[in-house]
Parts: sequence; C-alpha cells; structure tokens
Amino acid sequence: MTARPHLRALEDEAIHVLREVAAERERPCLLFSGGKDSIVLLRLAEKAFRPARFPFPLLHVDTGHNFPEALAYRDRRVAELGERLIVASVQDSIDRGRVGEETGPRASRNRLQTTTLLDAIAEHQFDAAIGGARRDEERARAKERIFSHRDEFGQWDPKNQRPELWALYNGRVRRGEHLRVFPLSNWTELDVWEYIRLEDIPLPDLYFAHVREVFERDGMLYAANPHVTLLPGESISPQLVRFRTVGDMTCTGAVRSAARTLDEVIAEVAASRVTERGATRADDRFTEAAMEDRKREGYF
Amino acid sequence: MVANRLPARSAAGIHDSSELLRFSTAGSVDDGKSTLIGRLLYDTKTAFEDQLSHVADVSRRRGDARTNLALLTDGLRAEREQGITIDVAYRYFSTTRRKFIIADTPGHKQYTRNMVTGASTAGLSIVLVDARTGLVEQSRRHALIAGLLGIPQLVFAVNKMDLVGWDEQVFRRIEQSLGSLGGAAHTVAIPISALTGANVVERGSEMPWYAGPTLLEHLEEVPVDGDLTGGPARFPVQWVIRPQSAEHPDYRGYAGQVAGGVLRVGDEIAVLPGGRRSRISRLEQAGEPVDEAVSPMSVTVHLADDLDVGRGDLICAIDQPAVASQELTAMVCWMADRPLQAGGRYALKHTTRWTRAIVTDIVHEIDVNTGARSPASELALNALGRIAIKTTSPIAVDPYEVNRTTGSFILVDEATNATVAAGMICTTT
Repeated sequence: MTARPHLRALEDEAIHVLREVAAERERPCLLFSGGKDSIVLLRLAEKAFRPARFPFPLLHVDTGHNFPEALAYRDRRVAELGERLIVASVQDSIDRGRVGEETGPRASRNRLQTTTLLDAIAEHQFDAAIGGARRDEERARAKERIFSHRDEFGQWDPKNQRPELWALYNGRVRRGEHLRVFPLSNWTELDVWEYIRLEDIPLPDLYFAHVREVFERDGMLYAANPHVTLLPGESISPQLVRFRTVGDMTCTGAVRSAARTLDEVIAEVAASRVTERGATRADDRFTEAAMEDRKREGYF
Repeated sequence: MVANRLPARSAAGIHDSSELLRFSTAGSVDDGKSTLIGRLLYDTKTAFEDQLSHVADVSRRRGDARTNLALLTDGLRAEREQGITIDVAYRYFSTTRRKFIIADTPGHKQYTRNMVTGASTAGLSIVLVDARTGLVEQSRRHALIAGLLGIPQLVFAVNKMDLVGWDEQVFRRIEQSLGSLGGAAHTVAIPISALTGANVVERGSEMPWYAGPTLLEHLEEVPVDGDLTGGPARFPVQWVIRPQSAEHPDYRGYAGQVAGGVLRVGDEIAVLPGGRRSRISRLEQAGEPVDEAVSPMSVTVHLADDLDVGRGDLICAIDQPAVASQELTAMVCWMADRPLQAGGRYALKHTTRWTRAIVTDIVHEIDVNTGARSPASELALNALGRIAIKTTSPIAVDPYEVNRTTGSFILVDEATNATVAAGMICTTT
C-alpha cells in the first residue's frame, strides 16, 4: 500500500478539523476574506459537509480598505455556495467610537480589525472562529495550536496553551471565551498553491500578474489607492505585479511578477527565497514580535 | 548530488504526489537540536532570505562567531529573552520525495508533556546524542517516551562529531551502547555534525568510514505508513450529514476519518458500543463514490440499514470488533500542576466521544529516565504512570499498541477545561 500523497493527507486532516469544530462548538463561524487561504477553507468545508449546508455562517471583517477585486470575488463565491455571509465593518467600529482611525501617511486599519472581529464574535455569540492561518507564515504562528483557546478578552496566552495530542482536539470553552481553529495549520504557502491547482479553484485576478499603478515605500510596492497619502519623494507608476497575499490595501505589498497562470505562479512561489509575509506584509515588519503582540490581543 | 535529492523548491509541482512524514525531535539547549533543524531547513533551501538575514542580524548583534542557524527556529519573545524553548514548535520542509512536518520539542525534564505532545502524531523521532558525552539520562528519556508513544522509527543522531575528531570509534561505542533502548521501534544511529552539516543533508568528506545514509536520505526512505492499514477496520463517526433538503430528502451519511484498516463497500460492520450490525452500502469521498477507504482518509459512510448511529459511535470490522468497556488501565502522562490522585474525576475524550471518568487506582509510576516502576500515590506534573479508570458510559477501544487512534484518550479538567493527561490504553476488563 502506497502512502497517501501529502496534499490529500493534509486535506484529510483539515476536513477532520472542520468536522470536529462543527461538532464540538454550538456557534462557530468561518472567517472568509476572499484571500487564497480562506478560499481553500471554503473548498474544504464543501468536502466536509456537502450535500448539506455548512453548519456555520461565513464572517468577513471588512476594513473598508479592501481590494475591490477581493470583495467582488467574495460576493460571487458566497452566492455560488448559497451560504450566509456576515460582514463586520471596521468603518462601523470607527463610527461607533469603538476605535480611532490612525493618522498620518502610514495609517492602516489593520490593527483596528481586532476590535471589529472581537465585537462581531461577541455580538453573534460565536464560540469558535475558523481561520486560514498557517504555521509556516510567521514565528509566533509556529507555536499555535490547531484548536487555539481565547479568553473572554479574546487574548491568546502562548505560555498557557492546552497540549494538543494525537487528533484529540479539546473544544471546550467557558461562556464568553472562544476558540480560533486553524485547519490549514500544517500547510505551507506552496501546499496551498498546489492544492488550488489540484482542485482547479478559481482565484481573484489580484493573484496573477497584471499592470497596476503602484508606489514604492520601505522597499515594498503598494497599490495606489485613495486611502494612502504619498510621502515626499514617492511617486506612482504602472508596473507588472501580482499579490502573494491579499489583505488591507494599505499594508499589503505587491511583488514584481510576470506570472499570469497558476503554473507560472507555482513555479515562482517554489523558487521564491522570501516568505510571503516578509515580502508583502508591512504589518509584520514593525517589530521583531509584531505578530506575537497582535495575536495576544486577539488578531486573526 | 543525485537528482532525487534536489530540493523541491527548485522543482515546482513534482511533489504533488510526494508523501508526508511527521517526525519529532527532542533535545536540550546544548545538544545542538536547534542547529540541526536550522541545518535541515537551510540545506534543503527551505529557509527564506528574509529569515536568514534576520538570523544573520541577530547573530551579529549577539557577537556570535558565525551565523547561528539555531536562531532560525527561535519562536516567541518570551523564549528569546529567556534563551529557552517553552513549547512545541512546528516546522516544515520538503524535498522532491517527501514533505516533512517537524514537531520540535524542548527536552528538559519539566517539558515531558511537550515531548509527549510532539511524539503523539509522529511516525519517527530523532533523539540527539552529544558525541562527547554519549548516552545521558535525557537520551534515555527521549527513547523511553518515543517507545511509550508507539513511534515506529527512532533515529539516534550522534551530533558534534566535529568535536571528537570525526572518530569512528567514538561513534561505534555509542552505537553499541544503544542496546535495546529503541524498544520495539526500528532504530538507527547516524554520525553527524549539525554545525558543519556533515551527514545531515550533504555527506561531506569528514567521515569516509560511515557508509550508511545521511539523515535526510534516511528521512526520505523510511516507511511512512504505520501499521494502520494492516489492522482491523475502525471508523469513529464524527458528524452525521443529513441535508433534509428537497434534493436529498433521505440522505444520511456518517462522516469521519478512517482510523485503521480498510473500509469497503459491501463490508459487514458492527457499530459500537451498541453492537448493532449492518453493511456498508456506499462510500463517498468529498461527494464522489469510492470503493474503499483507508487511513487517514476523511470519508462518508452509508449503511444499508436505518440504524440510529451518531457522533462518538465506532464503526468496525464485524469479525474483529473493538472492545466496548467501562473499565480500563492506561499509561498516562500527567500534564497539570495539581497532581493526579485516585478518586479524581475528569472529562474524557476518546476518538469523537466525550464521557466522564473516575481514576480508581494509580497502579505504578514509571521513572522517566530508567523505565523502572515504583508504587505511587499520585502523579505529579510531567510524571508517567499506569492508572485504572472507570467511565460513566462504555467506550469502544483497542490497546494503544494495536491502534494509536482507538487506543488513546485525553483527560480534561471540567473546572478549567485544561487538557490534563494523555492516555494510552493497555487493557480492558
């Protein structure tokens, strides 16, 4: 008997995780952004629960600074699936005075999302939020459980995590607490791309090379957009680029690329010598422990 | 370098069909474990430039003589500040032949629980041995835990060969001293230097007397499968799919992950713990019909008869059923600050079923360094021992040595919801 190919073994594990959280929690939700990792999560949820409907709604935390292409993809995909989408808006959190908008040319709503997410979890009484985070993304994530406990303030306590043995996930929480559940924990960026090819999953055009108006800052290329102010010396020019991650427009960088097809993207990812967050996410660059700090506060 | 050892990162797509091997490593601050993992990531071209430049920066700031590859596996700020590893970290690398998941666990005595956690999903374990000191208490502890957790493959990586002049006699003495330390596991010893990279990924020219595989060659070639497909069929029901829609008014599928053996359409099965019998009428994987399913496939099972089957039930081979029992003995690793005592009551999760359990007896404690048994009235944090428990409802189990899924459980403190024990079933009564 030959062993199961690794992509299928990862798929088996992720489906198992999705069914466990659905069975162990009363009110889970699945975080869907229109990014490639959450797109893969939706495919896995289809495999886990069809022909029935998903036993959870989808939740999108909308910063108001999303790429229009990602939002269009989100709405199209939700309609195809016939599932329920809840949109939690950072703009609402700002309007209600829950958070204050950052100011200055480097302002971003990335950090504000945490409050919006935690408010949405409280409002809808979600006791589990399923996310597409992977352990290969970042050093703090490498130590996180697949079923990751959050206290009533939404905080992660890395030194006090529950041991996770075999595939016996402990889904118990007290009222007001919740779990973050990561079915793609053991996937790498390349695994995600190869799975997208294996399953022939459509993606937003952002992931493929296209000509876009961009400007350079701190060695990264950012899309010209209405939400940023250029600094002296910065200028906008058209470049052939694609995105390796798709997050908030203000902090997600593009990479120069001519990869227009899935095969070309996979060849590029396989040969890449820089991590996707290192290449494209300003949010992780501020301090050595940026992600660790944001996770403790309740970030995705 | 031979073609099949070229890193996958330069050969896109080839590893669509590669296999997955999970392995654990354990070691303490000084035995070079972090350097070894850094070396594997570096020499398989898995470490990225931004990570490497970060590590080079930190090495320079700290005044290290060369780029310290151990820093590649540095995790949380709390750990960097204290210079220790506090938790299991997961690392990934791949070659054209396999994708590897490393559960990297710290080795000090107080972290036995992390070693057990990392070992629980591993198909292979690497025990680091310092060539200068040979086997020490800690190496024995690692081997003992790997044995208890039923890891089928054990590698003793005899590290720091550069510090003993690449001396074959040193390696042979250590190899001989292993004796039966590996227990039932298939055991090999490999002389390496994580610092220089000799025999890790590249062979190097320093130890011409060594004709065996490099560590990576060994990792690429050991059998991945446990003995799960050979055993009797086991399928814990995780979730019942019942659309109750106009399109699928009568659809009723039992979803789960195969935990052992082979399920085939037409097979006669028993549903435990009740003991009802039926036949598999249909198997689906992601909506598509399949003729058979093996571990670890996540599939949906349909039965010919209309039984009341739910989450927590175990579908198994009719001629080799699991044992439904309320009383069993088990080896446990205790993971909570407050010691385990006879009379303790806990929630117990076994496969997909939760029940309650009372600890009726502590049979003995096992010395984690020597394997010696001694009577005990309680098990402290990080202690290993054999206990007897009674559950409030029957669970369908196998001995752990027969099946790592149907033979394992966790205990959870109902007041705090903390996972307090890992359990491996020995016997039922």
